[in-house]
Amino acid sequence: MILSTNLKHIASRDEHAKTLAENENVMVCCGRMGPMCIPVYGVMEQLQSQYPHVAFTDMAFDHPEADVIRNLPEARGFMGLPFVIYYKNGKVVEAKSSIQSKEQIIEVLDRVF
Amino acid sequence: MKKKTYDAIIIGAGAAGLTAGIYLSRGKASVLILDTAIPGGQMILTHQVANYPGVPSTSGYALSQTMKEQAVSFGCEVESNVSISNMILDADHKQIEVNNDSVYTSKVVIIASGGRSRMLQVAGENELKGRGISYCATCDGDFFQDKEIAVVGGGNSALEEAVSLTRYACKVTIIHEFDHFQAFDHAVEAAKANDKINFIMDTHITSFKGKDSLESIEYKNLKTGETQSMALDGCFVFIGYQPNTEFLKRTGVELNSRDEIMTDEDLQTNIPGVLAAGDCRMKKVRQITTAVADGTISGMKALEIIHR
Repeated sequence: MILSTNLKHIASRDEHAKTLAENENVMVCCGRMGPMCIPVYGVMEQLQSQYPHVAFTDMAFDHPEADVIRNLPEARGFMGLPFVIYYKNGKVVEAKSSIQSKEQIIEVLDRVF
Repeated sequence: MKKKTYDAIIIGAGAAGLTAGIYLSRGKASVLILDTAIPGGQMILTHQVANYPGVPSTSGYALSQTMKEQAVSFGCEVESNVSISNMILDADHKQIEVNNDSVYTSKVVIIASGGRSRMLQVAGENELKGRGISYCATCDGDFFQDKEIAVVGGGNSALEEAVSLTRYACKVTIIHEFDHFQAFDHAVEAAKANDKINFIMDTHITSFKGKDSLESIEYKNLKTGETQSMALDGCFVFIGYQPNTEFLKRTGVELNSRDEIMTDEDLQTNIPGVLAAGDCRMKKVRQITTAVADGTISGMKALEIIHR
């Protein structure tokens, strides 16, 4: 179960752990191919070249192993897709839910990475 | 600073902008379509489009992708997620500065910047968006399985989405500011016939409360002034659209009191060579079909201006 984006797909718990281990800065957009998620993937795809020090990734929200995102304490109370998690050195440094604009995403990237 | 000249620049890659682009590019005009987000506009927020003639039921996203591919196939250039840093529209050669690094000029500009969901603008709304407050039932409905939720609004979207949300929620309260609904009768009847739905009329929500997620709302009866609170797990807001016209405030383009662009029958604004199409302009019916019609009219008028 993977999403139709040009981002690096995380398809399992192991891949999630490996991505965090191999990259200092990771942004994961966990969603579906739905109206609130697609615009966020689009912004991430466009920002990849501007932020080479960040791994831009996605994960299908309904994948059973996406519980690594769904069950994060930082995502407690989230009731809107997508769940967007920013990791630095394997630790969550920011978590956002629902649609976000390019400006909102850039603000977080510049602040946490 | 990168510079390039086109026959026409279209601001907005929704149904209106893409249609205008299709007509212009097929008319041999060079066209740039700019969008501050991804192409598709409000269309991509529509889970299912069942009333677009000639197209069997499809998703708004799929329809928007087809329109974009069509526009590009005829020669339109499309730039998405741009930031418009400056605009000069009241000159023969219109000038649009993008991302502080590119300046585009053209003889004609079509503004098709669309609209967005209107927010209630009350305390707690920004903080709890995505944490119980939602503007998309299709996207977030399943987070509210067996929960108690409210739907705010009295139009077709509010009433229809309230009914659809009863698939998940155990109780849906429709909160509306008037004593009657603006929705079509069949939508009102469907909501009234649903046992899970109840109604609070003449009422405004005054604040949202909650720590990690929405826990309650405070609301005020507009006739009696009485205030009350209600425990809630979720709240879906469907109170219409706000035109995306803030960026025009200092350009001289005439807006009405609702910030919609004023146009004539040919969709020309008060500034020669500047046209407007779709949900950003003053109009009664906002549908994909009417946006496409606007795109057609403005595209053909723009061709006439370019070849004059």
